Amino acid sequence: MIVAKRKPLNEIADMVAPYKKVAVIGCRSCVAICLAGGEKEVKMTVSALKVKNKKEGRRQEFEALVVERQCEKEFVKEVEDKILSSDLVLSMACSLGAQTIGDMYPDHLCFPGLNTGFFGVPEEQGVWSEKCVGCGNCIIHTTGGICPISRCAKSMLNGPCGGSSNRKCEVNLDIDCAWAAIYDRLKLQNRLDLIESITPAKDWSASHAGGRRVYVREDARLTPHQKKGREAVQ
Amino acid sequence: MADRRPKVVGFCCERHAMDAVVLSARTGEQVDVSVRLVQVPCTGRVDGLHLLKAFEEGADAVFVLGCLEKNCYYDTGSIEGRKRVNYVKQMLSEAGIEKERLEMFNAASTNTWAFPDAVSRMVDIARKLGPIGGGERQ
Repeated sequence: MIVAKRKPLNEIADMVAPYKKVAVIGCRSCVAICLAGGEKEVKMTVSALKVKNKKEGRRQEFEALVVERQCEKEFVKEVEDKILSSDLVLSMACSLGAQTIGDMYPDHLCFPGLNTGFFGVPEEQGVWSEKCVGCGNCIIHTTGGICPISRCAKSMLNGPCGGSSNRKCEVNLDIDCAWAAIYDRLKLQNRLDLIESITPAKDWSASHAGGRRVYVREDARLTPHQKKGREAVQ
Repeated sequence: MADRRPKVVGFCCERHAMDAVVLSARTGEQVDVSVRLVQVPCTGRVDGLHLLKAFEEGADAVFVLGCLEKNCYYDTGSIEGRKRVNYVKQMLSEAGIEKERLEMFNAASTNTWAFPDAVSRMVDIARKLGPIGGGERQ
């Protein structure tokens, strides 16, 4: 899931200050799970902004809305009238949600209310950790199911490095060495031979370096005829 | 300013905190009438949104009164309540609002002084800081 964090309220308030009617739109997917932009967080943000406005004597109108998945156009369409009748949309979804609204209504302003962090998992209640950087070329079958790209500070493919000491990383002693974890996992799986095999330099062309990535599944796409039919139904 | 009646909202759990409120009344303790009490099943039920709504609707100061943390009727309810109070205090602070306007207190059923003490502290804070935004009280 995508893990995000609410921007500081004063930053949000400064962003939305010049606009009279603000639609604050959350998302019930990843950001609701990481307690950043779900229904409750949207309502709390709106409430806190109203209290701040009261203190500063500013008059603004806020509307709190939540959609199922803000990165999908059909769900955003459900609140289209609210978006179009507002002066500004404050997206409390990840950057994907904010950009989806931006792409659908390019002449309409949509500002981010969250700082999008990383691809991660909930470790325990209230704790989320990064597990993937979306490099486009997964190798965790050779590393015991642990991603060295995201979890090793140096993204080493052949570790551990000389900076690993007592299972900790030299970058920060609070960080566990990813390669120590990989060693343990491979040992448990009886596959320690893998740690001695050399992994060649990674092909980063599948990663972000080449600009925006687009994946296409031709069999899932609609033909022009199908598109026409769907538009007719809508 | 002195003749203004501050608006203070108190969320009290219906267990030890309300027992303490009732007992303090029976013992003749006087409290400022400015306080509006909201009885909740447990302070663990108090949500950050409830606290913010109280400020939004005009409260000058808000407090939560729950059981003692190691003697909570529902075990960890008052710990949950305190965590939420701390989170909202941080939000208020980010928004440039004095975080002292919100406090959490704990009481055992027999602490007759706990409720009057919490009220007088919050009324003092509300008087000192005035209404949010400095507007006229209704």
